[in-house]
Amino acid sequence: MRTIGLLLCGWLLSASCLAAIDPALLKPLASEDSDTKIAAIAALAQAAPEEALPVLKALADNSLALAGERLVIVAGQRAFDAASNSEIKPAPVAAEPIGINNRVRRELSAALAALRLFSNERDVRWQAAQEVTLSADAKMLPLLDKALAAETDPEIKTRLQLAHAQASLGSTDPGVRLDAVRTLGDSSDPRVRQLLIPLTEKRGDNWLEADSAVRAAAGTSIRSIEQRLAWADNLGRAFTGLSLGSILLLAALGLAITYGVMGVINMAHGELLMVGAYSAWAMQSVFRAYLPGALDWYLLAAIPVGFLAAALVGVLMERLVIRHLYGRPLETLLATWGISLFLMQVARTLFGAQNVEVANPVWMAGGIELLPNLMLPWNRIIIVGFSIAVLAAMWAILNLTRLGMFVRAVTQNRPMAGCVGVPTGRVDTLAFGLGAGIAGLGGVALSQIANVGPDMGTGYIVDSFMVVVLGGVGQLAGAVWAALGLGVFTKFLEGWTGAVVAKIVVLVFIIIFIQKRPQGLFALKGRFVES
Amino acid sequence: MVRRNFMKTLSAVAVTAAFGLGSVTALAADTIKVGVLHSLSGTMAISETALKETALMTIAEINKSGGVMGKKLEPVVVDPASNWPLFAEKSRQLLSKDKVAVVFGCWTSVSRKSVLPVFKELNGLLFYPVQYEGEELEKNVFYTGAAPNQQAIPAVEYLMSKDGGEAKRFVLLGTDYVYPRTTNKILRAFLKSKGVADADIMEEYTPFGHSDYQTIIAKIKKFSSEGKKTAVVSTINGDSNVPFYKELGNAGLKATDVPVVAFSVGEEELRGVDAKPLVGHLAAWNYFMSLKNPENEKFVKMYKDWAKKNKLPNAGTVVTNDPMEATFVGIHMWKQAVEKAKSTDTDKVIAAMAGQTFNAPSGYTLKMDETNHHLWKPVFIGEIKADGQFDVVWKTKGPIRAQPWSPFIAGNEKKKDAPEGK
Repeated sequence: MRTIGLLLCGWLLSASCLAAIDPALLKPLASEDSDTKIAAIAALAQAAPEEALPVLKALADNSLALAGERLVIVAGQRAFDAASNSEIKPAPVAAEPIGINNRVRRELSAALAALRLFSNERDVRWQAAQEVTLSADAKMLPLLDKALAAETDPEIKTRLQLAHAQASLGSTDPGVRLDAVRTLGDSSDPRVRQLLIPLTEKRGDNWLEADSAVRAAAGTSIRSIEQRLAWADNLGRAFTGLSLGSILLLAALGLAITYGVMGVINMAHGELLMVGAYSAWAMQSVFRAYLPGALDWYLLAAIPVGFLAAALVGVLMERLVIRHLYGRPLETLLATWGISLFLMQVARTLFGAQNVEVANPVWMAGGIELLPNLMLPWNRIIIVGFSIAVLAAMWAILNLTRLGMFVRAVTQNRPMAGCVGVPTGRVDTLAFGLGAGIAGLGGVALSQIANVGPDMGTGYIVDSFMVVVLGGVGQLAGAVWAALGLGVFTKFLEGWTGAVVAKIVVLVFIIIFIQKRPQGLFALKGRFVES
Repeated sequence: MVRRNFMKTLSAVAVTAAFGLGSVTALAADTIKVGVLHSLSGTMAISETALKETALMTIAEINKSGGVMGKKLEPVVVDPASNWPLFAEKSRQLLSKDKVAVVFGCWTSVSRKSVLPVFKELNGLLFYPVQYEGEELEKNVFYTGAAPNQQAIPAVEYLMSKDGGEAKRFVLLGTDYVYPRTTNKILRAFLKSKGVADADIMEEYTPFGHSDYQTIIAKIKKFSSEGKKTAVVSTINGDSNVPFYKELGNAGLKATDVPVVAFSVGEEELRGVDAKPLVGHLAAWNYFMSLKNPENEKFVKMYKDWAKKNKLPNAGTVVTNDPMEATFVGIHMWKQAVEKAKSTDTDKVIAAMAGQTFNAPSGYTLKMDETNHHLWKPVFIGEIKADGQFDVVWKTKGPIRAQPWSPFIAGNEKKKDAPEGK
């Protein structure tokens, strides 16, 4: 019977079965003054831990509002009384949301974490334990003791022990301090190192930490934390390099076909990226209007749409303009530059000069926290994976399909390919369309990390040419190595010299490299190479 | 736009041909020409297009209520295309060919610097509506945006206050050009005067249009974990802000740990970002769209109606921001000054501008300073909300006077707080 009652409670918004909160405790939450608000949060959490949870949660989500004299929790069109948690009908019209600033927000999340430490769900407790670690101090010791005693999950327990150790650093008993310092050696949080460093320092002639055993232990703990931090730092740097490399690759891969393989200097390549990025935006708008439930998956739909849209633009460009200019690189360059300006202006007329908003789907937001100082964002990880997939698909098309064979044949020896019956004109169109389509895919990926606007292409055209030329014209593998190499090189330099100098150094490096080795990293060999 | 201008030229030619030169001057006498000099293409189009729209809207509003001294205003819109030398060329065209009475325009400091010699030579009048680094005071320019002491300094003071999080370490992050460099120079001197050590200040710059902020975010994370409470002061300009804030959100740097206060991020810039991970980060301005007062309600409604009527792109979601308000205020003040001077003559208008007041959408009565050509402005600090609007968490008691010559730059104490030649 009791279980049924509890279930019912849960169903009817659990807290309605709990005792009501004293409105006098709630009132100061609406105060203008941050100090009063913070005091009220602490008082509320202390007086009625269970009942306070929904109220504090509402305050954190900005859904706690003041309607006349009483506090209400607003949920969509409905409103609940904050004190009794019963629904108010009809919902009050003029409810002014209670604003909070960062300071209040910080105190609030600490209070919420402390309350959640006793939740029934493991994940909630795990999250809470992590948050508590951020703010653990001597005041929280009784709470942590209680939580530790109740905790059964070993992982959460370890985490809580760290928090506990952190909180007991200020203890007067050297034994407790020694234990705390030793436990903290297992941490990999840079903030913990910061707490330990004072223990090994002198002020004037006196050690800040009187006990020599604690001092020595602190030194050992700091060293072990630092080792882990340095490792994570380098890993992080390598990852950012890989991520930048994958983006450069996605931007340049289409150009590797149109310029690298076909020899067309396509200045409108950046605008093909733009077409792809706008397709992502268009799909997002379509999903928002017609399939709001599946909005998070608009990006999957954007992949084929981006490919086809950019490929279509590419095919039109080839048929209408570029076809007439094969073998005249200077004219091609000027004509494609004109196309690029034309496409930019078209985008500006259709979508406006402003950048459009492309939101990351929920599954691409946030990241995995490998270590406290190493967080790999999901969008970066997914883009790295996506670029590998696109690369594999392109390799397969060029090497395993009939079209790919024709493309290679035509680029190697056009007259001979024509002689044996390859429709060279159509192959050119398809190959250019393929390159453009892949640029469109790159654009879809870029829409997730960069701006989507009419001018976005200009920022990538230089980088794309850089990658293709550095890698060696006509070589896919070259583009891959060049993109990754440039990515990692730039990121390590940036960490060392700053972004402005890194950009200069990279460009200077490329100038020197091209002078010494004009054929790029990988050069075509054999008799097909034109002299 | 191009076609409309062309038609205008064509009809002007036709009129000249039909009635001779005299009637053209008669026609021109019925209107007062005003120039609008904002980039409608190129990198700055993002921000400046909205200012052009605001200027046209304000001019239309003034015309509807009878114009200036009984004459209608005739806007002359040119597009300097984010190209700094072209700004000078276009302003010369506005002043000597179109003979405009006043020009409203420019956004970046470099474009302002490029048109200055032209305005000085031809004795034109420029209203500049954007917050900037100071260190300039020209007779021919009225600055309706903020000087550093009306934006940057109060923002940093707030970060150091209890409610702002009592920051002790600062990251000064900016785009690499004159405005961020100068602002950061002032801020560094200011922080030093407050006892912040050099080791607790990190200064970082990125090129224009930088889009990969991974390294910088990692650096900020590292810097902030090395001890005292850290805050970031961002003078990143233009569309680099979008990748910066995206990266910030994804890297899990929350406003409660490391707050970022930005001087060039407003409602317009946040339209391109999902604001949910950014809740709590800050911006300092002299106006926010979310301010609640009758003047602002009127202003916001006027702009929304204008956007709908003129079918601006994304007209349903247009926002107003600080430089738009500054443009609006500037045009109205110019109108009042012309009516006071009973002339559009540059020198007479300059004299009449001193001490002009206007009920601005910020909810305060703003005053043009009697001597230094800058507006008295209130300062607001807002926290970003999930819908991309700002929640004001701090404000000055009232408008404060601008200090174009910052006292935190050595040698400025000797400079005169009024333009030369006045």
